[in-house]
Amino acid sequence: MTESAVSTRLSSLDTLESEAIHIIREVVAEFEKPALLFSGGKDSVVMLHLATKAFWPGKVPFPVLHVDTGHNFPEVIDFRDRTVERLGLKLVVGSVQEFIDRGELAERADGTRNPLQTVPLLDAIQQNKFDAVFGGGRRDEDKARAKERILSLRDEFGQWDPRNQRPELWNLYNGRHTVGQHVRAFPISNWTELDIWRYIERENIELPGLYYAHEREVFARDGMWRAVGEVSQPLPHEEVITKTVRYRTVGDMSCTGAVESDAYTVSDVVIEVAASTLTERGATRADDRISEAAMEDRKKDGYF
Amino acid sequence: MTTEAVLPADLGTALPTTLFRFATAGSVDDGKSTLVGRLLHDSKAILADQLDAVARTSADRGFGGDKGGIDLALLTDGLRAEREQGITIDVAYRYFATDRRSFILADCPGHVQYTKNTVTGASTADAVVVLIDARKGVLEQTRRHLSVLQLLRVAHVIVAVNKIDLVDFSESVFREIEADVQQVGRELGLGSDGISDLLVIPVSALDGDNVVERSERTPWYSGPALLEVLETLPAADELESHLESFRFPVQLVIRPQGALAPDAVAAGLDVEAYRDYRAYAGQITEGSVKVGDQVSVLTPGQDPRTTTVVGIDFAGASLEEAAAPQSVAIRLAEEFDVARGDTIAAAGTVREASADLYASLCWLSPKPLREGAKVLVKHGTRTVQALVRNVNGKLDLSTFKLEQASALELNDIGHAQLRLAAPLPLENYLHHRRTGAFLLIDPLDGNTLAAGLVKDHPGDHEDERYSI
Repeated sequence: MTESAVSTRLSSLDTLESEAIHIIREVVAEFEKPALLFSGGKDSVVMLHLATKAFWPGKVPFPVLHVDTGHNFPEVIDFRDRTVERLGLKLVVGSVQEFIDRGELAERADGTRNPLQTVPLLDAIQQNKFDAVFGGGRRDEDKARAKERILSLRDEFGQWDPRNQRPELWNLYNGRHTVGQHVRAFPISNWTELDIWRYIERENIELPGLYYAHEREVFARDGMWRAVGEVSQPLPHEEVITKTVRYRTVGDMSCTGAVESDAYTVSDVVIEVAASTLTERGATRADDRISEAAMEDRKKDGYF
Repeated sequence: MTTEAVLPADLGTALPTTLFRFATAGSVDDGKSTLVGRLLHDSKAILADQLDAVARTSADRGFGGDKGGIDLALLTDGLRAEREQGITIDVAYRYFATDRRSFILADCPGHVQYTKNTVTGASTADAVVVLIDARKGVLEQTRRHLSVLQLLRVAHVIVAVNKIDLVDFSESVFREIEADVQQVGRELGLGSDGISDLLVIPVSALDGDNVVERSERTPWYSGPALLEVLETLPAADELESHLESFRFPVQLVIRPQGALAPDAVAAGLDVEAYRDYRAYAGQITEGSVKVGDQVSVLTPGQDPRTTTVVGIDFAGASLEEAAAPQSVAIRLAEEFDVARGDTIAAAGTVREASADLYASLCWLSPKPLREGAKVLVKHGTRTVQALVRNVNGKLDLSTFKLEQASALELNDIGHAQLRLAAPLPLENYLHHRRTGAFLLIDPLDGNTLAAGLVKDHPGDHEDERYSI
């Protein structure tokens, strides 16, 4: 009877952590060649942290894969490289720029490169024969993601068929697939943005600095603060000002907006996120504002 | 258990929140999506931009009428086809939190494939909320839902009698439905079997009565609002770890040899001491374990080997004890050959592994089950081939009787006998919600065919109530 005290005390973060580690270990045990999508964004950083805990004291037994839009924040690429070095991992990069240079992808009129990641992603999966790809997708991010399975089967074209998903029962994950198919695995499906931040705080996980308040030259576009950079230039009527901002999501510089914030530390961010009245994607992602089904459409085509 | 829940004393908010998983199930148009939307909205889990999007769509469709409100159902219908058709197609997961608990809500549609969706949502749920339209009362589908929940051994079943506003908050209507629900519960053994409990609450999802706050418009109801119930019911793990013995399916062996994690080494890990490190990684599915416990290693086809737990590791921390559902790595005194698919269990608590599997099957595939079919059984961390020897009938979910059948079709629940290619440490689902569960998988396309619940062998003692 004394043992039961252990489980009654297990906090929601501990429960989520145990669930994620169980899923990561299942995928590693059942698949030939998994890889982890790693962008340097907070969700992928948490994923990698969970993987280090799952296999301690051994090394993380799979490579990381980054689809580089060519429009990344330099400090995030720097963070990515340092992390890979620190953990002794192999890094595979799929480059949107190379596909554009070869004429296999066309730049969009709005300059956004996030939706262009799908083709290089699928190419990297095929070239490297990855049969399982870990992603940091969370169901609270978007209404289409809310319907995604933890192990999500993709066909030869990387497509997601939301109406034909396998039922997911108990903690028994069915990852069987045929040649050409692969599986996307989402071990932190059940985490919310606040869980992620509380976990980063609790585990003292390092993130790229732009997640915390800093001064930056920005201009207003689509109701967001956009950073001034090589690929993100203000139009003549858009006034550039210096503001104290931080990023809630870190993606392509051409479509990711900053929010005004004076959250300088992880504890400040936890408080800010808990009090926020906007979702992280609604607040900071131009690509998800296109339509109510923007994410669903991208996912069907093979997006993360 | 009685209709009106007794709330435990306020534990305060100083404790870290715990996780509680629940699912919703209902019939067509009973307002389930609206109830879910109401719970999310009133617990402030819906953020301003989501509400704006829903308000825009509601206005476009002329929703609201004299209520002038928003269509809360739009908050949960995530797929384009769902919004276009105004129906919910697939199980959707939602998240919200109060000071006490973080909730994971599996919203299971009632329209099509309700068995598939209800079984899926209920398999991980601590509680399931079943909706009834107060104007319609207990329907055949309500009986089916309750029957599935009893079969899956859901710890708490909460029946929300919705649209109570549309019957003028009538106590007599509610009491009649409540009596019908309790009658069905008695027929099923639900709420009186010592495993589950059954609560009935009058609500109006549209107006919010008894959803988050207790309503003044149902003065005859003295019980808690739905959210209060969800905040205070014990989670399944809290209930079960008292009863269950330690079970630990081995996921993989951690044996880094030379390949120690560079970050751990940089942080001062003693390389010499960890050169021969060997531990078994997994998630505790049932019960708990302490350093020094006697355990048996169960390997199919071999006699159980007994040894002692010498370490419970978790990412550099050494634990004295651990319990379900913790993921840990366990070290044993003796260097047995232990591999994925083996189970570590408290010594002396496991019955003999068996290659004969008697089970209830919830059939989830459009491809019917026939006798003689070859399938895969996934149980714990092991997958074995199996032959379907007999289909021993299917359940009429409205009468709870077993009917003759030699095949099972989509959404059927039936009995079958399978012969396994290797013996598995199977346990009766009635007492082991984890080690009594398995999947049937199609070896050709890899799709999940059925949710399986292990039954005792015929002739073993089994309580009549659970004979479905």
